Amino acid sequence: MKKHLQNYKWIILFVLFSTCSYFIEFKPGLVIYSNFNEFFIEMMSFLPFLFIIIGLFDIWLPKEMLEKYIDRESGVKGIFLVILLAMLQAGPLYGVFPVAHILHKKGASSRNIFIYLGAFSSMKLPMLGIEIGYLGIKFTILRTLISLPLFICIGFVMEKVIGSNFKVKEVKA
Amino acid sequence: MSSNTFIFGLFTGISLFLSFILDRDKTILGVKKGGKMFSNILSPFLNILILISIVLFFVPAYLIAHYLGVNSGWYGFALATFIGSISLIPGFIAYPLAATLLKQGATYDTVAVFMTTLMTVGVVTLPLEIKYFGKKAAILRNSLSLIAAIIVGVFMGRLM
Repeated sequence: MKKHLQNYKWIILFVLFSTCSYFIEFKPGLVIYSNFNEFFIEMMSFLPFLFIIIGLFDIWLPKEMLEKYIDRESGVKGIFLVILLAMLQAGPLYGVFPVAHILHKKGASSRNIFIYLGAFSSMKLPMLGIEIGYLGIKFTILRTLISLPLFICIGFVMEKVIGSNFKVKEVKA
Repeated sequence: MSSNTFIFGLFTGISLFLSFILDRDKTILGVKKGGKMFSNILSPFLNILILISIVLFFVPAYLIAHYLGVNSGWYGFALATFIGSISLIPGFIAYPLAATLLKQGATYDTVAVFMTTLMTVGVVTLPLEIKYFGKKAAILRNSLSLIAAIIVGVFMGRLM
């Protein structure tokens, strides 16, 4: 309970601030509240749906299922798999480095590791959902279609330049 | 009802229906999982919406349009690239911000390059990345990602 209160302290403060602004007719407070209200409605109009979809995805297509197939010899299929695997993840870019280490240990090529990184950074399904909600489906599809070949190119260039002695070290926190 | 609600609601409805026919228990588990994830991000999300609401009050739209709008040209594009590369903002927070910038008059190319550098180029996290990949690979990956982001931005500006 206390932890919950801690998480929501800014929100509680904001509600208090807005209520006070309403009663004493504090103009800036009312403007800020109306800004917030607009954002809040926009968010609630799709985000809860999105998370139901993400939850279902997580149950029906567990990441572990795909991780089994990551190995050196899989060519185009391998590229396709790492992209799909990356799309099912969540979290910020720096959270992906430990995953890159695991992929490396499992025998993924440097090319596929960097393609994975590219797809992870900007094609995660939950993020694409939020992107559609905020920036529209045209923006999202176009951006993804332009980015994807570039990420694949980056993977090939990285493999070419870094070569086969590429290692992902394990970093202890 | 916004078009977002319609699209997402429809898709969710169909998914739930199919999932429910295939496996009732799995469906309930999935919805619970999604609900938990949603409640986890709810407070940071609301916090950032509060912050944007306050900042918007102090930063007038014409200022954003001036620095990131049509007339800002390459200067605005470069500014967006720079800020996107050096900052560390989680994606789900960056999207409402990007939508706000667009509404206030920023162009599509600046917003696209901002979002792409934000997601793929990490100057702040470079030391960490070097520990994992080594200096050469980390710097090369970031440089290539920067170039890719600029290409994405330029194309998005033309196509949107």
